[in-house]
Amino acid sequence: MTQLPRGADLKLLDLGKRFGNHAVLRELNLEVASGQFVAIVGRSGCGKSTLLRLVSGLDHPTSGIIYQDGNPLRQLNRSARVMFQDARLLPWQRVWENVGLGVQQNWKERSLWALQQVGLASHAQDWPSTLSGGQRQRVALARALVSQPRLFLLDEPLSALDALTRMDMQHLIERLWQEQGFTTVLITHDVEEAVALADRVVMIDTGRVALDLQVSLSRPRQRQETAFVTLVERILKHITGLESREQTSDSYRLSLDIRSEHHSHHQYSHPANPQ
Amino acid sequence: MAKNKRKSRLNWLEQVAPWGVPILLIIIWQLLSQIGWLPTRILPAPTSVLQAAIQLAKSGELWRNLYISTVRACIGFLIGGGIGFVLGLLNGLFPIAEKLLDTTIQMVRNIPHLALIPLVILWFGIGEQAKIFLVAIGVMFPIYLNTYHGIRTVDGGLIEMGKVYGLKPWELFWRISLPGALPSILVGVRYALGIMWLTLIVAETIAADSGIGYMAMNAREFLQTDVVVFSILLYALLGKLADMATALLEKRLLQWHPNYQTVPA
Ligand SMILES: Nc1ncnc2c1ncn2[C@@H]1O[C@H](COP(=O)(O)OP(=O)(O)OP(=O)(O)O)[C@@H](O)[C@H]1O
Ligand SMILES: [Mg+2]
Repeated sequence: MTQLPRGADLKLLDLGKRFGNHAVLRELNLEVASGQFVAIVGRSGCGKSTLLRLVSGLDHPTSGIIYQDGNPLRQLNRSARVMFQDARLLPWQRVWENVGLGVQQNWKERSLWALQQVGLASHAQDWPSTLSGGQRQRVALARALVSQPRLFLLDEPLSALDALTRMDMQHLIERLWQEQGFTTVLITHDVEEAVALADRVVMIDTGRVALDLQVSLSRPRQRQETAFVTLVERILKHITGLESREQTSDSYRLSLDIRSEHHSHHQYSHPANPQ
Repeated sequence: MAKNKRKSRLNWLEQVAPWGVPILLIIIWQLLSQIGWLPTRILPAPTSVLQAAIQLAKSGELWRNLYISTVRACIGFLIGGGIGFVLGLLNGLFPIAEKLLDTTIQMVRNIPHLALIPLVILWFGIGEQAKIFLVAIGVMFPIYLNTYHGIRTVDGGLIEMGKVYGLKPWELFWRISLPGALPSILVGVRYALGIMWLTLIVAETIAADSGIGYMAMNAREFLQTDVVVFSILLYALLGKLADMATALLEKRLLQWHPNYQTVPA
């Protein structure tokens, strides 16, 4: 048995996924080196979550192959852990039981260890419903890391948190990643978050990789720095540039729809509300 | 300290308050009987109902009938509830089972189970099976429906999470589906307990030679209104006890639910 590196390496080859007639991903190619931190951005509905589900093995590609450490992924990805937008804690299990979910041996010690990593050891015996949103996500983080995964997949896990809590969580995730060396794929709609955390920012558009940028700023990253700000702006420009080029894109039409809907709503509400 | 004292007094009040209205009603009832507004044949005074109760208890008749009714209720509940629970799990977890069974179950469910009494008497006579059968049929459907509904409405996100975290199908069921369905299942249990007593009362009044329902019917023949009234009160009491038992069960099993959590002071 050969010793695998601490972080999994990924190779997505001509990956395609369609739901009925709707091709969400088409011929997507992406390689992620062991231990790398990749952020994935793209507009809503471009297939980011779908991509993550394929890599986690929860869903299967219609075409193409995912290689992990050189082996094709055929079923559930055992070495991956996922963090979702909502914490998805089991309300009927105490915090440490939630963290120990799926741990085979010594779950108590190990979940206490993981809770210590995220600074919540004192809440081990609490019910999840008594925690704040940020604390719940930290528990979810502990649960993901307790089994020391080789691949960590995050689907906008911080988007529901307030700005301060989000910053805390970002630092925590960065620190744990540096300490443990797992490969990380983070989906986010926050370009600043992507640049702050990732080695590499990948943008997906029309089912393909539309932009692949190395972020070579040194860590810890300072968000006020000119290099940081310029990079964020450059990526944002790319996203908006793509959108203005595609005048018939969904999002463009969507914004028109919203406006006209708003308008008609106004008209309807008048008779019911005589002044 | 003072705050604590006030709190415990409030607590005490909270415990006693629900009984205020029933006690008041009994006092009024007693007064009305004593001034002769309520003829004893229509409604005997609480004191004479109490006397009848004491007499029944002394002769042992009360305990015998109470025991028989309780046994019937329990056996019927366990059989019917068990079948309903298993069917609910099957249909909730396996779409194939649902396709195969649900239509049939829905059809049978629409027959009021008390309508089966004549048939049941033909089948079993007035023996024990008749009552147990009726109770079982009565409790089966609320438990089936609520188990099924509970399993089906478990958050799919949690199950997906469980899969990613490497839980096996059995663990998915034991740690996610079943606890997620439990609040709904307990609602079913509570409802089924009501139906259980109701069915038993009807069955025992119509076709029985023992049990509380029989005790009431028998007393009616001898115009012992006090015994009849006492039997009715006994049913109310048993119903309330069953309800309290489920409330306690809910409190224990649903500790995690925000509705059952008391914030530590
Ligand atoms: N199970 C499914 N069945 C049918 N269509 C689906 C399914 N899952 C996703 N889709 C479609 O695939 C497209 C991409 O969805 P996906 O959730 O991957 O987008 P996303 O990039 O994660 O968007 P967001 O940023 O809003 O989370 C959407 O148009 C969605 O409707
Ligand atoms: Mg998504």
